[in-house]
Amino acid sequence: MEFKSPQNPSTGLNEAPLHDTEPRPITEDLPLRRSEELLLNMGPQHPATHGVLRVVLELEGEKILKATPDLGYLHRGVEKLCEGLTYQQIIPHTDRLDYVCSMSNNFAYVRAVEKLLGVSIPERGEYVRTIIAEMQRIVGHLFWLGTQSLDIGAMTIFFWTFREREILLDLFERICGARLTMNYFRVGGVNGDLKPDVIATLRKFLKDFPSKIDEYDRLLMNNRIWISRTKDIAVISAEDAVGFGLTGPPLRGSGVHYDVRKAAPYAAYGKVDWEVPLGSNGDTYDRYWIRMQEMKQSARIIAQCLDQLPEGPVLTDVPQVVAPPKEKVMQDMQSLIHHFIIFTEGFRPPKGEVYCATEAPKGELGFSIVSDGEPKPYRLKIRSPSFVHLGAFDHMARGYMIADIVTIFGTYDIVMGECDR
Amino acid sequence: MNPEIAQKIQEKFPSEFIGQNEFRNELTVTVKPDRIVEIARFLRDDPSTAFNQLSDIFSVDNSGRSAGVDERFEVVYLLNSIPNRHRLRLKAVLREDRCEIDSVWPVWKAAGFLEREVYDLMGIRFRNHPDLRRIFLPEDFDGHPLRKEYPTEGKGWRNTFEFLPTEEPQT
Repeated sequence: MEFKSPQNPSTGLNEAPLHDTEPRPITEDLPLRRSEELLLNMGPQHPATHGVLRVVLELEGEKILKATPDLGYLHRGVEKLCEGLTYQQIIPHTDRLDYVCSMSNNFAYVRAVEKLLGVSIPERGEYVRTIIAEMQRIVGHLFWLGTQSLDIGAMTIFFWTFREREILLDLFERICGARLTMNYFRVGGVNGDLKPDVIATLRKFLKDFPSKIDEYDRLLMNNRIWISRTKDIAVISAEDAVGFGLTGPPLRGSGVHYDVRKAAPYAAYGKVDWEVPLGSNGDTYDRYWIRMQEMKQSARIIAQCLDQLPEGPVLTDVPQVVAPPKEKVMQDMQSLIHHFIIFTEGFRPPKGEVYCATEAPKGELGFSIVSDGEPKPYRLKIRSPSFVHLGAFDHMARGYMIADIVTIFGTYDIVMGECDR
Repeated sequence: MNPEIAQKIQEKFPSEFIGQNEFRNELTVTVKPDRIVEIARFLRDDPSTAFNQLSDIFSVDNSGRSAGVDERFEVVYLLNSIPNRHRLRLKAVLREDRCEIDSVWPVWKAAGFLEREVYDLMGIRFRNHPDLRRIFLPEDFDGHPLRKEYPTEGKGWRNTFEFLPTEEPQT
């Protein structure tokens, strides 16, 4: 066969024919189109799975027929470990559940223990807790916004949200000495008060923050790529969302008015003025919008809490449960005894069972404690929103394209540390 | 929390009702396991209860606190009513030799994953579950780690790993 250059010498363009052979005749044993389902494995090592999640996809072409999540790559048996630890020793373990929002986990856990004990918190402690929890919600939503847009392909916003997140993490470091695994909440209050310089920095941050949210919105709200990749993706109806047990932004995105902070107000949420943003379509775009609005509401809550912040202690005075301060331990016999008993043996809550739900950034985080009166819980169950949300994953992924799968992962704001426990 | 819910269950299912308890403003109703799906459907559909959301399912192994084989396991359903804003803890007691119960998946879809977790970690079988497999642990895993007889540190197979030094290094 004579070699012929595909380029036309006069135009320089490639003019080679697409097929240099005759089209093959269509026979019965070579059909034009084969229809067969393709099994595709995704993960566990994949940057868009937010940890280690494996999904087995059944595909027809590019369409997802079925998505089966395979969990457990981060299972550490926290619930079993907790059965061998005293109530205070469990607090650092809760940091490692949802490692993006460890303050919220601490908060949910200590609330459950306090409910079991029947301990109440001083007013300033409640306000400080509310401020910290809302700061953590902003951090969590900023992290979600950055990673979700990075997964979808918008890189700039990732740097912008992490810039603001950094300010809050620095504040956390000044409050409790750590940036990610805080271990700041205590049964009966929090470990250490907010210093005036922290409050001043926080006020300055709150002054700038709404304009930053508008900056993110300018990048995304009218961005054609963002809209076409989030509108009508991962739609779930309100009825299904309730049935699958969704909570938090995925439930509110479908228009169901349910927020634990409003349904059963705790801490200082009943004393400040704020609203629950609701979506209507139940798609990824609505959940994005809700998280943006929630950040604004969180800023509102923090600002009001800072204005109303009462004077007083942040840790309750129940020596059987709360360790006395070190100065008192060094001077007074009774404090020394309480301190010794709490740290060698732990406190003994009454017999009983409690479930305490808290609105974490990802949804309803609940701790169930079964106590038989010993210093260690008889059984501790963590109701993590990520795990329950993944139960709806197959339902929400069916019928979408394979390119949408990272959007559907991200739409729940999933963290595998919390999901696998 | 209104104790009328417990009364309602007792009136509707007198043979299934075992007891009720209130602690820290939380209502617990204990029932027999046999008609759990009917009870669940009643609690979801009755407008005065309207428990339209299943918050959680977990199980408790009672063998650690001197319970007999008749009540070895408890399966606990945490129900939440979004319209009525109340909660209920529904508890079914299982015998050791018959640790299986009907799946409430037809009533609440959330049960799909939650029941798989209970099956994986506690070994309670759910009849009519659409896809009852282990969820966290590998399929060939031996035992159910949340049972009280399972040691927290594992069953010692870690010591058989070849890459762990078993002898003192020679100097």
